[in-house]
Amino acid sequence: MDAIILQILNGLDKGSAYALIALGLTLIFGTLGVVNFAHGALFMIGAFCAVTLNRILTLSHQVVDESRKDFLGNPLKVDVPYVNDWFGEAAGATIIDWSVPLAILFSIPVMIAIGVIMERGLIKHFYRRPHADQILVTFGLAIVLQEIIKYFYGANPIPTPAPDVFRGSFDFGVLLGFDPNVIIYPYWRLVYFAFAALIVGAVFAFLQFTTFGMVVRAGMADRETVGLLGINIDRRFTIMFGLAAAVAGLAGVMYAPINSPNYHMGMDFLVLSFVVVVVGGMGSLPGAVLAGFVLGVLESFASMNEIKSILPGIDQIIIYLVAIIILLTRPRGLMGRKGVMED
Amino acid sequence: MFGLGKKDTTVFVVVIILALCAPFILNPFPGNSSLAQFNAGYPDLMQRFVIFGIFAIGFNLLFGLTGYLSFGHAAFLGAGSYAAVWMFKLLSMNVIPAILLSMIVAGLFAVVIGYVSLRRSGIYFSILTLAFAQMSYNLAYSVLTPITNGETGLQITLDDPRILGASATADGGIPVTNLFGLEMRHFTTVDIAGWSFNFSVGYYLCAVIMILAFYVAVRIFRSPFGMMLRAIKSNQQRLYYTGLNARPYTLAVFVISGMYAGLAGGLLASMDPLAGPERMQWTASGEVVLMTILGGAGTLIGPVLGAGFIKYFENIFSKINDGVLHGWFSFLPDGLENVVITLLHPFVGKGWHLTLGLMFMLVVIFLPGGLVEGGQRIAKALRRGRTEDNGAARKASHEPAE
Amino acid sequence: MSKSTLTRRGVLRTGAVAGAGVALPTIFTSSAASAFTNEPTGGSVTLGFNVPQTGPYADEGADELRAFELAVEHLNGGGDGGMMNTFSSKTLDGTGILGKKVEYVTGDTQTKSDAARASAKSMIEKDGAVMISGGSSSGVAVAVQGLCQEAGVIFMAGLTHSNDTTGKDKKANGFRHFFNAYMSAAALAPVLEKMYGKDRKAYHLTADYTWGWTQQESIQAATEAMGWETVNNVLTPLAQTDFSSYIAPVLNSGADVLVLNHYGGNMVNSLTNAVQFGLRDKQVNGKNFEIVVPLYSRLMARGAGENVKGIFGSTNWHWSLQDEGSKAFVQSFGTKYGFPPSQAAHTCYVQTLLYADAVQRAGSFNPCEVGAALEGFEFDGLGNGPTLYRADDHQCFKDVLVVRGKENPESEFDLLEVVEVTPRAQVEYAPDHPMFSGGNLGSCNPGA
Repeated sequence: MDAIILQILNGLDKGSAYALIALGLTLIFGTLGVVNFAHGALFMIGAFCAVTLNRILTLSHQVVDESRKDFLGNPLKVDVPYVNDWFGEAAGATIIDWSVPLAILFSIPVMIAIGVIMERGLIKHFYRRPHADQILVTFGLAIVLQEIIKYFYGANPIPTPAPDVFRGSFDFGVLLGFDPNVIIYPYWRLVYFAFAALIVGAVFAFLQFTTFGMVVRAGMADRETVGLLGINIDRRFTIMFGLAAAVAGLAGVMYAPINSPNYHMGMDFLVLSFVVVVVGGMGSLPGAVLAGFVLGVLESFASMNEIKSILPGIDQIIIYLVAIIILLTRPRGLMGRKGVMED
Repeated sequence: MFGLGKKDTTVFVVVIILALCAPFILNPFPGNSSLAQFNAGYPDLMQRFVIFGIFAIGFNLLFGLTGYLSFGHAAFLGAGSYAAVWMFKLLSMNVIPAILLSMIVAGLFAVVIGYVSLRRSGIYFSILTLAFAQMSYNLAYSVLTPITNGETGLQITLDDPRILGASATADGGIPVTNLFGLEMRHFTTVDIAGWSFNFSVGYYLCAVIMILAFYVAVRIFRSPFGMMLRAIKSNQQRLYYTGLNARPYTLAVFVISGMYAGLAGGLLASMDPLAGPERMQWTASGEVVLMTILGGAGTLIGPVLGAGFIKYFENIFSKINDGVLHGWFSFLPDGLENVVITLLHPFVGKGWHLTLGLMFMLVVIFLPGGLVEGGQRIAKALRRGRTEDNGAARKASHEPAE
Repeated sequence: MSKSTLTRRGVLRTGAVAGAGVALPTIFTSSAASAFTNEPTGGSVTLGFNVPQTGPYADEGADELRAFELAVEHLNGGGDGGMMNTFSSKTLDGTGILGKKVEYVTGDTQTKSDAARASAKSMIEKDGAVMISGGSSSGVAVAVQGLCQEAGVIFMAGLTHSNDTTGKDKKANGFRHFFNAYMSAAALAPVLEKMYGKDRKAYHLTADYTWGWTQQESIQAATEAMGWETVNNVLTPLAQTDFSSYIAPVLNSGADVLVLNHYGGNMVNSLTNAVQFGLRDKQVNGKNFEIVVPLYSRLMARGAGENVKGIFGSTNWHWSLQDEGSKAFVQSFGTKYGFPPSQAAHTCYVQTLLYADAVQRAGSFNPCEVGAALEGFEFDGLGNGPTLYRADDHQCFKDVLVVRGKENPESEFDLLEVVEVTPRAQVEYAPDHPMFSGGNLGSCNPGA
C-alpha cells in the first residue's frame, strides 16, 4: 500500500512536467494547426532562463586573496557578487538563493518575446504548408536553438538548486499513519506539482472566462468565420503562441532544480510529450493534461521492483506500450476530436 | 530502355553514371591541396552514401507514394544489421546469405509492425511506428543484450562457430566479409597528377545493389500498384467507397519499404560487421525522414541526394577543427585571420549540428520541394533566361510532400 | 585493409578496373607497396583523435581534445614539455616521433559506436592516421578497438571504464591506460569498510547496460567480501532523466547505503534526486544513510553541484596530486587553458606520450612492433606512480585514487579530495579472472 501511494506521488510530479509541455503543444496545435517540434527546445530555454538569472545575480568582480592559492600556485582570486556589495552579504546571499523562483518573473517576458518572434518570423509562413514541412522546419529550429545554448553554456549539466527552505523532504507517511521514512517526498517536487496545477488552471480559466479566450476558442473551431466577423484572429493567435511558449518556459524554470539543466533536455522530453499529446488526443487540452498524468503515474508504477521482476525491462517501454494500446482501442486518443491530423 | 519511359531512362542513366564514377566525382580536389578536406571519395563514406541512399529510396516508396509518415523506419535497418551480423557469426563471412537474411528479417518485422500500425493514419500512424521503434531500441540496449550485445554492439569474434567458414584466419585474425572470396574492404588507390582516387570492392557492390534498388523503385512508381498507392495518398475515402480495400496495398508497400531498410542494414553490416542499438533510435528514424524531405519527397532521385547531403555534413564538416581553419586562412594578416576564424568557429567541427540545423531551415523555407526543386529552378532559370525567372519559380513549387 | 598506390603508369589498367566494376581489383592484392597500414612516408606522421564533440559528453570530449593538442605540441618540441620531463623513459626529445613531425586529425564520435567507427574509418582511409585514440564511453571504445584491429592500426583507448574493454572484448591492437570497474571496486571497498563499517546493507541502482552491469557486479563482489549485504539491485533505463521513482522506495527497503552505478548525465541526475529526497539526512538501522558513486568524473560532478559533498567514489587521476608528473602536467595544461585538466584529459595525454615513446623505442610505426614495445612496459612519472602495461590483456596496472566530494571547495574545480591512494598490488587481478574471461587478444594485425 505504502509503495503504491509513493509511486502515485512520483507519477504526479513527472506527470506535471509532461502535462505542462503537452498543454503548450496542444495550444499551438489547436489554435494554429502547427506541429511544433521546437517545443522541447522552448522548455529547455525556460530552464536556462533560471540558469541565466542565476548567472546574472552572481555577476562578480574578483578580489585577490593573498592568503590562499589557486591550482597553479598563484594567489587565489575570489569572486564577490555585485549583489553582495549592494545589499550586504546576507541579503545578497538570500537573493541568489531564491534565483529560481525569481526566474519565473524573468522568464515570462523572455519566453513570450521568443514565442512572438518565432511565430511572426517563421511559423507564420508555414500555416499553409504541409505538416511534414512544419515538423522539419521546427525540428531544424530546435537543433539551432539547442546548439546556441550549448555554445554559450557547454554540454554538461549546470546545477541550479532550489532555495534552501525547500531542501529535504516531507514525510507523508506520518500524516497517513505509516511509520516515519516510509513515504517521503521532496518539498520542491510538491511545489512543482502545485505550480503545474496552478498554470493548468490559469490557462483553462483564461480560455473559458475571458473574451480573448472566447475568440481564440471560436478561432480554433472555425477560423474563417471568425475572420469574416471582422476580428483580427492572427494577432490573437500570435499572442497564443507567446503564451504557449511561456507555459513551456515556466515548466522549464521550475524543473531546473529537479534535474540540472543541460542543452539536450528538450529533446529528451520532445518525443515523450508528443506521445502524451497523441495519447490525449490531438487538439484536446483536457486530453493532454489527463494523458500527461496517466502516463506519468504508469511510468512510476512500471519502475517498481515487484512489477519488473515479472516483466523485465517493462519500465523501458511502458510509455510506448500504453500509447500503442490506447491508440488501437481508442482511435483518436483519450479525448481526441474526429478528423484532426488524420489526412 | 529497360521498360522505362524516356524521362525515367534519363534519370536512371544519370544515377548509374553517378554511382559508377563516384570515386572521381567525390574527389575533385588534389590530395595535397588545402581543399582536400572537402574530398569525400574514400571507401567508407562512399559506401555510406549509397547505403543510406537505398534506405531513403525505400522510405520514399512508403512516404512519397502513400503519404504515410513512418517515424520508426530505423528499426528495420537495425533488425537487418543484427540479422546480417548473426549470419556472419553463425554461417560464413560471405555477404550474400547475410544480405538475404537481413531483408527477410526486416520484412517479417515490417509485417508485424505494419499490420498493427496501418490500422491508423496520419500522426497516429507516425506515433505508432515511433513507439515500436523506440521499444526495439530500448530493449536492444538492455534486456535483449544476449542477442544484441547491448551498448557495445554485436561484433564478430574469434570464437564464433561460422559453420561454413573459418572461425579465424590462418594468422589468428578475424576473417573479413567477402563475396565469394572477394574481400569487401579491399581497395585500390590510383594517383593521377596529385589527385588520388579510391576504388573499393565494397563500394562497387553497394553501388550495383543501389542501382538495382533504384530500378525496382522506378518500376514500382510507374506500375499500376504505384498508381493505386498514389490514389490512397490523394483520397483514401473515395477509394474505400469504390469498394477497394486500401490496407493490403499499404501493408505491401510498408513491407517492401521495410525490406529496403533491411537491405541497407545488411549492407552496412557487410561493409563493417557491427550492429549497434543506436541504429534503431528515433533520431536515426528522423534522419531518414530528413534525408527524403530534404532531397525531395515523392521524386525519384531526391532521397538519394538528401542522403548524400546529410552524410557529407556528418562526416566532412565535423572534422574541420581550428587547426584546419588556421591552415586555410594563414594567408590573411594575423588580426584578420583570427576574426575570420572566430566567426567560422561556431559552425564547423563540434558545431556541425548548428550548420546542419540552419541548412535544414533554409532548404525547407525556400525550397519546399527539396534539393530537386532547387535543381529544377536552376535548370528553368537557365533555359528561360532571367526575364521570366520570377514566374517560373512560383510555378515550380511542388505538390505538397504529404 | 589492403591499399596499393600506383603511379601514372597504372592509369590504363585503372580504366579497365573502373569499367569492369567489381571483379578486377583483386589483381592488385599482391602489389601492396607498404609493410603496414598507412606507413608514414613523408616528413610527418598523422594521429587520429576521435572524441565526442556533440551529445552529452561533448565537454569531456573537448577536454580530451585539449590534452591531445597539448601532447602534440610537446612531442613537436613546443611548450614546456609537460610530462615528457618527468616520464621515466627518455626517448622523446621534442623532435616529433622518429624525427617526423606529429600532425593530427579530429573527428566526432557522437558517443555512438556507428558514428565513432565512421569517423575512425575516415581517419584511416582518408587521412592516413596510423594511430587512433580517444573516446568517452566503453561502447565506443570497444567498437573502435575492433575496427582498429581489422584495419591494422593501434588503438590507444581514452576514457573507458568497463571491464570488457580489456576483458572479453580485448584486442591485440588495443591498449588501455584508464582503470576499470574491477579496480574501482577493489580500491573502494576497504575505504568504505573503514568509514562505514562491516555491517552495512547496500541498495544498488544500476544503469541498464553493459558498463552498469560490470560495475555493479564488481562492487557487489568487493563489498560482500568484506561483510556487506546486498539488499537489492534495481536496473534503470539509460534514457531515464528523473530517478525519483527508483529512489523513493530505497529508504523503506532496510538498506543503509545507496550505490549509484551510473555515469555522466545519469549520475548527475540520480545523485541530485537522491539528495533531494533527503536520504543523507536520514538514519536507518541506527546508522547514517550513505551514498556511494563508484566512478567519479569531476567534469560531470560539477553538474551535481553541492550534492557531491562527502560522497565517496574512485577516479583514475586528479589534478591535486602532488607527484612531479602530475604537477608538471597541471602546470602546462593550466597555463595554456586557464583551468586544471580532467581525468579524461590526463589519460588521453598519457596515452599519446606512451604511443610516441613506444614507436621511438621500437624504431618503427609498425603496429606489431609498437604493440610489442608497449607489452610489459614498466614506466613511472606520468602521474599514477609506477605503472605496468600488462602483456596478457593490454591493461595498465597502477594505483587507484579513492576520492570524496569536498566539504569546503575553494574554487569551482576544487570538488574532490583524494582520500586514499590504493596501491597497485591491491587492485591487481589474474588475466583469467572470471569477470574478464571469455576474450582473446588474437594476433596483432599490421594491415596491408
